[in-house]
Amino acid sequence: MKPAPFDYYDPRSLDEALGLLRRHGSEARVLAGGQSLVPRLNLRIMTPAVLVDLNHIPDLAYVEQTNGVVRFGAMARQRQIQFSDLVSATLPLLGEAIRFIGHLPTRTRGTIGGSLAFADPAAELPALVTALDGDLIVRGPSGERTLKPAEFFVGPFRTALAPDELLVEVRLPAMPRGSGAAFAEISLRENHFALVGVAAQLTIDGAGRCAVARLGVSGCPTPMRLRPVEEILERHGLGESVVAAAADRAAELVDPLEDVHASSAYRRRLTRTLVVRAVAAAAARARVVEHDRG
Amino acid sequence: MAERREIRVTINGTPHAGRVEARRLLADFIREDAGMTGTHIGCEHGVCGACTVLVGGVAVRSCLMLAVQADGADVLTIEGLASPDGTLHPLQAAFWEHQALQCGFCTPGMLMAAWDLLRTNPSPTDQEIRTALAAVVCRCTGYQGIVEAVRDAARRMRASSGREVAG
Repeated sequence: MKPAPFDYYDPRSLDEALGLLRRHGSEARVLAGGQSLVPRLNLRIMTPAVLVDLNHIPDLAYVEQTNGVVRFGAMARQRQIQFSDLVSATLPLLGEAIRFIGHLPTRTRGTIGGSLAFADPAAELPALVTALDGDLIVRGPSGERTLKPAEFFVGPFRTALAPDELLVEVRLPAMPRGSGAAFAEISLRENHFALVGVAAQLTIDGAGRCAVARLGVSGCPTPMRLRPVEEILERHGLGESVVAAAADRAAELVDPLEDVHASSAYRRRLTRTLVVRAVAAAAARARVVEHDRG
Repeated sequence: MAERREIRVTINGTPHAGRVEARRLLADFIREDAGMTGTHIGCEHGVCGACTVLVGGVAVRSCLMLAVQADGADVLTIEGLASPDGTLHPLQAAFWEHQALQCGFCTPGMLMAAWDLLRTNPSPTDQEIRTALAAVVCRCTGYQGIVEAVRDAARRMRASSGREVAG
């Protein structure tokens, strides 16, 4: 099908875009990369009266590092992130996760901000930003506010963004030295929507212990950070039986969605399997780093 | 603002101007306004990949981009892949020789996605080829020949760029 008619605006500045959103409120949809929105327009699942296209706003697609924090403009393309030397050096978890998103031709257009603001429960980036407890910078009529992932994601396809607000920047802490990261997911076909995805990042201290563990999981109404599971790894290490116990705990903690593709119980089982895979891979990589350093 | 907009899109080196509604998809602009029907529309919601074209030298799904967003852009479609004298692009030649097409509906998308793969990764492994081709759905189940064709085209393109460097 073809999209229903809409009024189209392509503002040249953030202020102009915010003005349009203020004027049109919930009648308007924001067009970033369009890889989730345009299919819904074509199928007329969504028929917004107004489209505000962010693609002509300059300086919204940066990827920069300042003081150990990597900052992404909301319109940074997934393809740009996939091929970014800065990202592969500072955020290998993101470098790995981005390859699970759609396909190379969709990553050409798809953006980091669009993916986060769309808040698909199957999506990789919300789980990753949740695992790393990044900052989501939101701009609206009364200025800027910074949200944590737990505040930003409020339900499937729902965020804390007001109709007149825009996600403008994402900040993620660069991976500390002596760390390893891995992203694991299972989908029915290669690079199709994930049933469950797990983001893991582990930091090993000088004595070889797991000093900091970060775990984020998709497949639930909102992405979940599994703090109790992280604590098991931080207290008891990364031995095989500990990781198995941590994965069991993860399966207890999650509250996965149920749909035509998989039951909630099956997604729970996948969560256990993927926590083992992601933690084992991250630990192996962290140890390799540690070994290289020693 | 539901009025039409004037746009200019360069397709395979030729400028095409048009007055389009904002909801006009790039795929429809290419096929109906520019009259180049080599780009196929399968699912029209970004799943099948048949409509893949290059915009600014990188692959996109033309059913997921509005024509107004391509204003001023350079687009390459399947019609622009062969040389003007009709010599097939190495990818096209390899598809022919390896019988990498059956009904041919997905072929334009396969070729453009493969072109993008080989530009970013001139020496892909078989797994990397398969991952890239997962972006395009073939319903004749002809993937084996397609993988072989892309592998062979990569080899030929490496050999010819090696010669150019050497020459």
